[in-house]
Amino acid sequence: MNRLHQLAINDEGFIFDPLTGENFTVNRTGLFIINRLKEGKKEEEILQELIDEFNVSREVAERDLIDFLEKLKSYRII
Amino acid sequence: MKKVYEKPVIVKVETGFMNKFGESPLYQRKVRTDIDGVSIDKLVEKYGSPLFVISEKKLREKYRNIYNAFASRYPNVQFGWSYKTNYLKAVCAVLHQEGAIAEVVSGFEYEKARKLGIEGKDIIFNGPHKRYEDLEIAVKEGAKIHIDHFDEIIDLEKIADKLKKTVKVAIRLNMDTGIRPQWSRFGFNLETGQALDAVKRIAQSGKLILNGLHAHIGTFILDPNAYAKEVEKMVKFAYEIEDNFGFKIEYIDIGGGLPSKNKLKGTYLPPDIAVPPVDEYAEKITDALYTNLRPGDFPKLILETGRAIVDEAEYLITTVFASKRLPDGRKAYICDAGVNLLFTAFWYKFNVEIDRKVYGVNEPSVLYGPLCMNIDIIDDGILLPPLERGTRLIFSPVGAYNNTQWMQFIEYRPNIVMIMEDGSVEVVREKEDLTDIERRERLPEKLKIR
Ligand SMILES: Cc1ncc(COP(=O)(O)O)c(C=O)c1O
Repeated sequence: MNRLHQLAINDEGFIFDPLTGENFTVNRTGLFIINRLKEGKKEEEILQELIDEFNVSREVAERDLIDFLEKLKSYRII
Repeated sequence: MKKVYEKPVIVKVETGFMNKFGESPLYQRKVRTDIDGVSIDKLVEKYGSPLFVISEKKLREKYRNIYNAFASRYPNVQFGWSYKTNYLKAVCAVLHQEGAIAEVVSGFEYEKARKLGIEGKDIIFNGPHKRYEDLEIAVKEGAKIHIDHFDEIIDLEKIADKLKKTVKVAIRLNMDTGIRPQWSRFGFNLETGQALDAVKRIAQSGKLILNGLHAHIGTFILDPNAYAKEVEKMVKFAYEIEDNFGFKIEYIDIGGGLPSKNKLKGTYLPPDIAVPPVDEYAEKITDALYTNLRPGDFPKLILETGRAIVDEAEYLITTVFASKRLPDGRKAYICDAGVNLLFTAFWYKFNVEIDRKVYGVNEPSVLYGPLCMNIDIIDDGILLPPLERGTRLIFSPVGAYNNTQWMQFIEYRPNIVMIMEDGSVEVVREKEDLTDIERRERLPEKLKIR
């Protein structure tokens, strides 16, 4: 079950799920990842884009991306 | 130019509910880059992590502050340092320099105080388990012996016979002061008449001279009125003894129990609000003294304050070793110090400071220690921003009961340093290695691995 497509997301990082009424806030990097997930991008592609966009090593970005995806799973967002 | 990176975070917003952490996810955690002007980085670089750090300055300040609250209100005050709260030599020595005598509860603690240079007459000997040999030494050296039970009266009478002298003693009382649970296992109960029976027994044989009363009504007592009740009951009992048995009660020892600025688990209020100031206790206690004492009578008031003096004078620096995501979505950090070093984590929720500014939204996190044990949790609900491996967390207050109740279990115990008043740093207990742990072990010859 993937509810990513039903979420309303604004540029400030507020996320609203109209079906469950749940609210989330994400920071800029989190929003960057969620937008790419929405576009259907794969983990490896998102990782590359993170490295290109931000001042971060591959090692740290990879670790954080895995962690963030696990968190999204725990919220049943992906 | 690439953009500045911040770890990705998502948090669920719970509207309409009281945040169970009592904090906003946007609230910045406190940053601590030094202790008494010595940088956390330098301390860890030189002495390793985890690291206990004691502030001599803070320790002296706390002592003076609490002592003065009483000494400025009553003319005859003596503090006894409760060894079990923290019996590191350096800590005891600072407090003895400040004027405290020693309060010990076992032969071991008695030996420790003597070895440090404290004379027997300046040692209060409490506790339910004073072995005959220990008592005999204490009697010879003139210690203040506080009797816990009838068997101890019998032992002391035997020692008095053996040494052919009358021995000055105090008895320990327990009573109802409104504090629950009531500490009733130490000393003689006042309300049932047991305490009076003990006095009669002491008076009968004529071998012991009763000259003091002692009670310790509990620990982390948040209600100053409990002490007022304790004092009232003790003073009344003292006069009952003086009027009926001819003993002079020279001192009233009201024990310890004053709270430190720590946060008990399950309480919502920050300690600055929940914990009454020491002046309020001093006021209630001395009021009760003046109300119940006869004019011109000022028996010595002894306090055995432990945690309130030392707790806030010590910190533990720990390092984030790894992180993981729990199945329920919470973030978990594995630190290099756990309940092996922080025994008080079972009932305290420590103040946690970070050694650097960390950007990002706070999220519900758990702090685990290094042990391969399910119970090794320092904090199971704390809001933290995303922490990098190697980040240092500073826990406080940790000065009371950790350096005495910690355990050598799975891991070695680390260095303890004291930052001296002049800013220099001294190791006051060296970190352990294998030889410390195995020194007392013997491997039977036939079990040796060849
Ligand atoms: C006899 C006695 N005195 C003093 C203390 C010190 O108590 P606190 O640390 O609560 O002040 C204790 C602690 O248990 C005690 O048993």
